[in-house]
Amino acid sequence: MPWFKRTKKGIQTPTEDKKDVPKGLWYKSPTGKVVDSEQLEKNFYVSPEDGYHVRIGSKEYFEILFDDNKFKELDKNLSSKDPLKFEDNKKYVDRLKEATEKTGLKDAVRCAVGKSMGENIVIACMDFSFIGGSMGSVVGEKIARAADYSLKKKIPLVIISKSGGARMMEAALSLMQLAKTSAKLAQLSDAGIPYISLATDPTTGGTTASFAMLGDINISEPGALIGFAGPRVVRDTTGKELPEGFQTAEFLLEHGFLDFITHRKNLKRKINLYLDLVLNRPLREKTA
Amino acid sequence: MEYLDFELPIKELQEQFEKACQIGEESDVDVSNTCKQIETKLKETKKEIYKNLTPWQRVQLSRHPDRPYTMDYINAICGDSFLELHGDRNFKDDKAMVGGLGKIGNQSYMFIGQQKGYNTKTRQYRNFGMANPEGYRKALRLMKSAEKFNVPVVTLIDTPGAYPGLEAEERGQGEAIARNILEMTRLKVPIIVVIIGEGASGGALGIGVGDTVLMLENTWYSVISPESCSSILWRSWEFKEIAADALKLTATDMKKQKLIDSIVKEPLGGAHSDRKTTFITVANAIDKAYNELKDLSPKELTTKRMEKYANMGVFKD
Repeated sequence: MPWFKRTKKGIQTPTEDKKDVPKGLWYKSPTGKVVDSEQLEKNFYVSPEDGYHVRIGSKEYFEILFDDNKFKELDKNLSSKDPLKFEDNKKYVDRLKEATEKTGLKDAVRCAVGKSMGENIVIACMDFSFIGGSMGSVVGEKIARAADYSLKKKIPLVIISKSGGARMMEAALSLMQLAKTSAKLAQLSDAGIPYISLATDPTTGGTTASFAMLGDINISEPGALIGFAGPRVVRDTTGKELPEGFQTAEFLLEHGFLDFITHRKNLKRKINLYLDLVLNRPLREKTA
Repeated sequence: MEYLDFELPIKELQEQFEKACQIGEESDVDVSNTCKQIETKLKETKKEIYKNLTPWQRVQLSRHPDRPYTMDYINAICGDSFLELHGDRNFKDDKAMVGGLGKIGNQSYMFIGQQKGYNTKTRQYRNFGMANPEGYRKALRLMKSAEKFNVPVVTLIDTPGAYPGLEAEERGQGEAIARNILEMTRLKVPIIVVIIGEGASGGALGIGVGDTVLMLENTWYSVISPESCSSILWRSWEFKEIAADALKLTATDMKKQKLIDSIVKEPLGGAHSDRKTTFITVANAIDKAYNELKDLSPKELTTKRMEKYANMGVFKD
């Protein structure tokens, strides 16, 4: 005997009255845990169920790191040209246009200055959603200018990497951005201004082979993929199975290339704690 | 002598020429006229072929099995004065990255470069010219030592890329290259870079930041090899020729983009067809570049170098 019996027959709800779940209300982490989006946002975009750090962009990192989300964006209007008239299956100019339309961003990095726990800080944050966070002339130039700003105003610099590497459609011009950004970081280092590199998921290729590994401290978030050659390339070249956890932040910490890994909720406090300590300033409030 | 596919007409004529000469030697038939005719034709054909090389053909030439490698240049240029130095003082001696002190004329230089092998055994020994992190750290150790004694640095680049291996990742391939790039931007002695073969991406730039960057005529330099570019963007290896075009990776293209300083001419038929001339041209080019740099103070040198790289990039402001 059924424990529930439908008494009325033919109940139907018209489509317009159906309660639809709006898109983006729920987030499903890779382990299959479902999280409420609002809850996720409150939890620094980390799944409270399994600690999974969701990939976020400059908008979210600025929100997390700048006090009251107040900041001044630097070189906001810099955008890409197509010096090589590059075309594969798609024209580079079309790719750029699509990326801009899709993301509302001008390129794969945004730079800003603002207060973090009451002190000035310059942040350059990459956006993976813009052509895989690839580094071309614009990314190189914006990071170089952010470093210049730091240098001139003597403000510590944070670069948040999230990138597949150099942008192929700008070929050797992209490659030279490694030298361009590194030269600026050398100047910053000579001037004794702290530079913190936060390598987030994923940081590979030319980004790893330049600024992401050059911080006075290199830090990361749990589980982030960080490497020079991508895992597929390493597997294909060596023909070896990759060990569990290969190229994760934890792997890099173990091999000596990161100073620490931090949960995103502690990011602001830890960055500022490091700055207070290394600059020998009085410690600020411990609440972020 | 090995020939590439587009060099086959040259091969044919060369063989004809040799056969004719042999007939002349073995019999009483006078072949001097025929020989001369073939020789003229050979020269013309070479000129014709080499005048119109496509980017992909230049990539092929840069990998020609007979092409001189780093140690060939060093031995020819420095002769007995070369003293090879080994090891990164941390982990091991990378055989894909060689270095040491040597003279051109009266001037000492610190030579550093990737080394490829010339047969199966030595290719493996040299890891196909793909350095591991210890190779880049060895290079940096030698550069810092050169800086200490005010000796100019010459790097010779010929690599299909930094080695993408498991252990290379464990030992921080990215960090090693990044560190070299940063330190090279502020090294207080002149750095002269010569691309003698393949200049593949970070693996090349890891010893490639310099005051004067020269490219031999039949070499390539880019962010990725045409094959890998083809496989990523076209999802097939078949588009390597188109990729080679698109990447603008030849010496002429790189000069046009102002990413290198000048082009070193190769003998007709490529560097391998007349090694001696190639070595002399390269030695002279290094000497000339050094003479232009030697009077600059360390401050002037590094400021100029940093400015040069700061100006690389094309964007809308």
